[in-house]
Amino acid sequence: MQLVIVDTGCANISSVYFAVRRLGVEATISRDARFIKAADKVILPGVGTAHNAMAQLQQADLIATLQGLQQPLLGICLGMQMLTSHSMEGDVPCLNLIPGEVLPMQSAGLRLPHMGWNTLHSIGSHPLLKGFSDSDYLYFVHSFAVAPSLHSLAICHYGNDFAAVIGKDNVVGAQFHPERSGKTGARLLQNFLEWQL
Amino acid sequence: MLAKRLIPCLDVRDGKVVKGVQFRNHEIIGDIVPLAQRYAEAGADELVFYDITASSDGRVVDKSWVRRIAEVIDIPFCVAGGIKSVADAGKILEMGADKVSVNSPALARPELISELNHIFGQQCVVVGIDSFFDVASGQYQVYQFTGDENRTQKTRWLTRDWVAEVQARGAGEIVLNCMNQDGVRQGYDIAQLTSIRDICKVPLIASGGAGTMAHFTEVFTKADVDGALAASVFHKGIIEIAALKAKLITDGISIRP
Repeated sequence: MQLVIVDTGCANISSVYFAVRRLGVEATISRDARFIKAADKVILPGVGTAHNAMAQLQQADLIATLQGLQQPLLGICLGMQMLTSHSMEGDVPCLNLIPGEVLPMQSAGLRLPHMGWNTLHSIGSHPLLKGFSDSDYLYFVHSFAVAPSLHSLAICHYGNDFAAVIGKDNVVGAQFHPERSGKTGARLLQNFLEWQL
Repeated sequence: MLAKRLIPCLDVRDGKVVKGVQFRNHEIIGDIVPLAQRYAEAGADELVFYDITASSDGRVVDKSWVRRIAEVIDIPFCVAGGIKSVADAGKILEMGADKVSVNSPALARPELISELNHIFGQQCVVVGIDSFFDVASGQYQVYQFTGDENRTQKTRWLTRDWVAEVQARGAGEIVLNCMNQDGVRQGYDIAQLTSIRDICKVPLIASGGAGTMAHFTEVFTKADVDGALAASVFHKGIIEIAALKAKLITDGISIRP
């Protein structure tokens, strides 16, 4: 399988690369549209701010490429947020692959960033979430989030509910870091690698 | 529910894990990568690596071990020590660390915190604070260059003021190391942590003093910290992480099993 990790110039690229390698897949890290289009599957990682990350994609002329993908695409953390229509973090338009908007977290007084291991609820039956239950912990680090909607595949609660996993057609995204979520995170990545549209 | 975090801390010198008592007399504990892997498998929620030689030696330190750790472990980890610039931090994060922690260089140039926040985002920026209770003044004071006994010195900052300052500059997390307690295993400094908790709006990690499982329960229930960092009790096998987690769950604390 040809797996391409989009080189967003963000910090967690190595972690994602090593995480899939632990599952036996040697990914290519690239910002070359030809490689990305030809891949069987694509991961869009991201750490940092939406404004900077979207600027990186723009600079690499990758926006149309990512919007035109037909194969499975997984966004991670900021990469997931970039799949939506718009982010209030820097007030920037995003890839608009999944309806939704990224807003500052409404944590009802709980400390921000939302940093650490948390559980999921309302877990859908999507292949990406095969084997997941509400007692699994995933590692989150973020201050912005996507509100629950029809496109939420799993919800997390921190002061209020927000979308922990989103999906539409060939595109899915996780707000947590599967590459840093132990065996549970590895399961999500494995599910993504096995996912057939 | 968000879980409280247990964070083994590995002090690193020349690529080996070491541990001293009250920051002194460092002894070698073992190789860094197998230890990191062992802790990840044992249920640690996160790891912190402090390159304790870096800030005090003023030399360029080989950090290639960061990549070797990122290859094998699947939990978050933070690297501290000798990170003086955005470029230094960028290299560490590129090699696969999830966060960088700054201490002495932030005291020397507080703008570093804002710069890191701006480039990498708040979630990557941890500020480590070495705080010592000064009996003469009755105040907690911030110390720097604590990796080297000969260069360790008091700064002009009271701990409370520095905690406020680093938050204003965009720190995403604070590790408060209570030096009086470090390595002596008499319990976390609950009084200090409670007082800092009141003014700390970002995640706060307790460091220094863990000796028994009860100390962990105490610091989570009394000081409401987000995580508890410890070294010697884990390195010396005095406390097993799985047993500690079971005990904390029994005590009603939110913990990832």
